Amino acid sequence: MAKPQLVCPAGSLAALKAAVDNGADDVYLGFRNDTNARNFAGLNFDDKAVAEGIRYAHQRGRKVLVAINTYAQAGRFADWTRSVDRAAELGVDAVIIADPALLDYATRTHPQLRRHLSVQASATSYEAINFCRDKFGIQRAVLPRVLTLAQVENVICHTEVEIEVFGFGSLCVMNEGRCWLSSYATGESPNTVGACSPAKYVQWEKKPAEMDVRLNGILIDRYGNEEKAGYPTICKGRFEVAGETYYAMEEPASLNVLEMLPEIIRIGVSAIKVEGRQRSPTYVAQVTRNLRQAIDAAAATPDGFTVKPAWMAELGKVAEGSQITLGAYNRPWR
Amino acid sequence: MIDSSRIPKIPAFTLPALIARIGNRLPQFPHSVNLALALNAARRMGVLREDTLAEIEGKRFRVTVLDTGMVADFTYRAGAFRPLWNTGGQADLRFAAPLSAYLQMVSRQEDPDTLFFNRRLSIEGDTELGLRVKNMLDALEWPALSWQGLRPTFLSRG
Repeated sequence: MAKPQLVCPAGSLAALKAAVDNGADDVYLGFRNDTNARNFAGLNFDDKAVAEGIRYAHQRGRKVLVAINTYAQAGRFADWTRSVDRAAELGVDAVIIADPALLDYATRTHPQLRRHLSVQASATSYEAINFCRDKFGIQRAVLPRVLTLAQVENVICHTEVEIEVFGFGSLCVMNEGRCWLSSYATGESPNTVGACSPAKYVQWEKKPAEMDVRLNGILIDRYGNEEKAGYPTICKGRFEVAGETYYAMEEPASLNVLEMLPEIIRIGVSAIKVEGRQRSPTYVAQVTRNLRQAIDAAAATPDGFTVKPAWMAELGKVAEGSQITLGAYNRPWR
Repeated sequence: MIDSSRIPKIPAFTLPALIARIGNRLPQFPHSVNLALALNAARRMGVLREDTLAEIEGKRFRVTVLDTGMVADFTYRAGAFRPLWNTGGQADLRFAAPLSAYLQMVSRQEDPDTLFFNRRLSIEGDTELGLRVKNMLDALEWPALSWQGLRPTFLSRG
């Protein structure tokens, strides 16, 4: 059984090096523009940093993937095709794309450039994935975080496209590629500007006994002084619904699949992805190091695999809201 | 990369409240001067992104070390970090954390988002500016940092 590749995030060259140094097989990154879904102030790579990142990774036998995973906006298609051209010219190992028009462009213009289907494409069925294989020659698909492990296995059984699943990182409502909650408050969303809850709309306000967070003036959460916080997204806010104030959509938490690693390997998952290009090199190092050890241990002795408390402790600490979950993977209901 | 294993692990401590009570009464300007000096040293070494520096031009910052009572006010203007006498709490961006949280961040032992989730670091004011500064500091490549660069120019002569 093949050991899944460990795919880690990088928002800067320092983070890329942290990922490579701590055992990532692939590192994924984005350009400094809205063609990727982590278009945050001061984050991401210019051409010089990409070139240096590729050099660093390739010297150590690792790969660099570039996410061009937002949807091209009307009248600006050239901005997206330019990003694909840049990625090809820089010599990246693959591009991660969601927009079918952009996939088509990449297929025709750079047939030799490996193409991965982004999670933002929201392809949850093998039919959708096989369609993209036939039309765009995709070699890997990243599955949305809405499937149970049994459903992931069913997809893998019906396609030869490599399947990548999320293994660790912040969760949201996971309406990947289709979420407009942020637009409801700000007029901007991941697929249009490359950021959910763009920072210019976020206001943290510390008061003596609590901390309020507002998105474009709308109160989305109020934390007590000892309460753990999360990212300021609408889906993870607390709202008054029918007289009760609670997490009406999703609690702030991070996905952590450590305990199901032997199962993930058994069903033939090709790659395990870590979320968090917006996080620091410290987070990248911590998460990569622990997942590297866990995946190696699970692949070496799947039957005797036990999750080390130290892995859980370090991953639990960096988790959003300090909470971890298995997410959709083990939901008993359908 | 900085070799974190060679730096002793910094626990999440909080200094006794007395220290902050005393610290609060001491003059704060020297802290502002020291921090501005350190940031200018980093700038001269070229480890801070030029485009980000241009974007923080004229912004006022306040860094508070909660358990030492230290407050540093500074701005970035015309190519250099400059201490400010007092922003009166009206800085564009305000960081507040105990000393141990800053030390853990600088030594790359803890991630700023983790500290924020755990409520040990607070960031108030212009959130986008905060993100910009956080990402600039995250992108720092430590190998370029040397004590040589931090030494005041008059010591390097001869």
